[in-house]
Amino acid sequence: MKGPASVTAAAADTRAEVLARIRANQPVPMPLPDMPVFERGSGAALEAFAANLARMGGVFADADVTGDLGAFIARTYPDAVVVCSAVSEVDGTRRVEDVRAPSQLDDVDVGVVRALLGVAETGSVLLTEAQLKVNALGFLSQHLLVLLDPAAIVPDLHHAYRHPAFFTSRYAVFLTGPSATADIEGVLVHGAQGVRSLTVVARA
Amino acid sequence: MKTSRVDHAEASSRFIAAKDHVTFHDRRLWDLRTKRDRAGAEVEEWEDLRTLASAIKEHTLTHLADYLEEFERNAQRNGAHVHWARDATEHNQIVHEILRAHGARTLVKSKSMLTDECELGPFLGRRGIEIVETDLGERIQQLDEEPPSHIVVPAVHKLRRDVAQVFARTIGTDPTNTDVPYLAEQQRRDTRPYYLKAEAGMTGANFAIAETGTVVVCTNEGNADLSVHVPGVHIVSVGIEKIIPRIEHLGVFVRLLSRSALGSPITQMTSHFRAPREGAEMHIVLVDNGRSERLGMSDFWYSLKCIRCGACLNTCPVYRRSGGLSYGATYSGPIGVIVDPTFNLRKYSALPFASTLNGSCSSVCPVKINIHEQIYRWRQIINERNQLPIVKKEAMRMAGKVLASPALYRSAVKAARAGLEYLPRTVIYNPLNAWGRQREVPRAVKTTFREWYLKNRGKKS
Repeated sequence: MKGPASVTAAAADTRAEVLARIRANQPVPMPLPDMPVFERGSGAALEAFAANLARMGGVFADADVTGDLGAFIARTYPDAVVVCSAVSEVDGTRRVEDVRAPSQLDDVDVGVVRALLGVAETGSVLLTEAQLKVNALGFLSQHLLVLLDPAAIVPDLHHAYRHPAFFTSRYAVFLTGPSATADIEGVLVHGAQGVRSLTVVARA
Repeated sequence: MKTSRVDHAEASSRFIAAKDHVTFHDRRLWDLRTKRDRAGAEVEEWEDLRTLASAIKEHTLTHLADYLEEFERNAQRNGAHVHWARDATEHNQIVHEILRAHGARTLVKSKSMLTDECELGPFLGRRGIEIVETDLGERIQQLDEEPPSHIVVPAVHKLRRDVAQVFARTIGTDPTNTDVPYLAEQQRRDTRPYYLKAEAGMTGANFAIAETGTVVVCTNEGNADLSVHVPGVHIVSVGIEKIIPRIEHLGVFVRLLSRSALGSPITQMTSHFRAPREGAEMHIVLVDNGRSERLGMSDFWYSLKCIRCGACLNTCPVYRRSGGLSYGATYSGPIGVIVDPTFNLRKYSALPFASTLNGSCSSVCPVKINIHEQIYRWRQIINERNQLPIVKKEAMRMAGKVLASPALYRSAVKAARAGLEYLPRTVIYNPLNAWGRQREVPRAVKTTFREWYLKNRGKKS
């Protein structure tokens, strides 16, 4: 039986050996290309976002939801019992701040979060632990409602990856529509493991 | 230990025998290829992205050791534990040790080709740890005790009635109900309790970013995120070739990956794990398992650029009609044909012949791997090392003679034409003629091109 010291020594050996073997075998160095800037025509970001979200199975809720979000939620999810909110605009039946363990979200019907930004090219919303509070909210909930400021829509993924969240947050996810699978005969099914539906509401 | 050669032709004949399976398989994968074409055509700078992706990968692989050290430094700074594994056994031992230290009995796992390559499932199973594959296709394969047959769609060779049978046998569904949403819903319900009770979750990685120590996982079902965000321990298995230098490079690769794989602009979830969530642990296992050796093979190191999109499988006429399981290896299709022999040349020496060399794989590859050229190069090596079966060798020797001599070639064409026209079917479609198997030999033409040319254009004007 090896003691902890010799286990550590063996691990250091492996690391050194793998790196040495890579250095010995690396082909002639090739340069790193500069990243070009791809020009995008201006305007219509919201329309493109909505169209691409729909293509990915998500729903972009119309502008008529300028009013009370509580009423919108009641109308959209008539059978929902547990609404767990991570945003100040919606009270919900449970505050995500009160959730201690991720597994407590097992019974959530609707999760409500605010996106950091939207990506027009793909219809994606960006969320981090700062928005989700409990990361599992975006996945254990049966349905997800996402608030998005239309001013926070960027044209494409190149722009999105400039966001500082990728350098500071523990976790960041592009969510693009609901959970989906086509693993059986290519038949598309929404709600494979994660949320069954994803609805985005434009709200500054 | 002597390993036996995988007989691809024999294995595919079993697949081809089930006619409705082959027809569906062929159509489904070609549909993915068509969707890929459409998705690529929508992006104006598509070819620029492919060129960039290829160059970024080549740069990274030629500076791999430095980037791995940078990745390790940043991941550790973020609070992740970084482990190194020389080979599959070391990888499995490291994973087992982490699980043992946490008293884990159940591991929820999202799709990872690397863990299949390392045969982690049987290793942990023998040590009393239950692994639950959470991707639907992967779960179907696990419950049926079969390896995945495709990099992206693991159960693509099965029809819905096969899945209904597997689920009825293993998770107690109605065997007569072959409705696809019903089957998917049953798996969702069966898997959910495992996320809640598992002590640890495991993912692979599509990309690992040196600059930030981030691992990126692309899925459509959300199973990777559930596997990470509910249990208290996240283990990531990463092949050392998955490193890319900076966050900004993700824009290039993420835009290419799902468009090449499924024809969608992005996967439903693209998850970036930079640090463990508060109170949780994150372990990253960097795995070599033959990759550093491949890096030193001047003809074959380019295969390390692969981002596992599966586009080369979908476009390959041999793959579409023989099924992934016939390759007898973790990696199937054109990419498997060039990667598998680096693991075991003797065992996989038949695979480079499972190709028509049409080059379609290379032209759809998002990172521009010269797949068909590598396939051809493997054939040369296998011939040089005397790994060709004797029948194939003799046939090639004869073909070489005939094709090298115009006179011999012309008389052979004439004889073949006469043969195809007048020989009874049993002579053409018999076990000795491989070209008569599973296909109709084309009708012989009345006039060869040479005869037509001599008659019409042969005279000097």
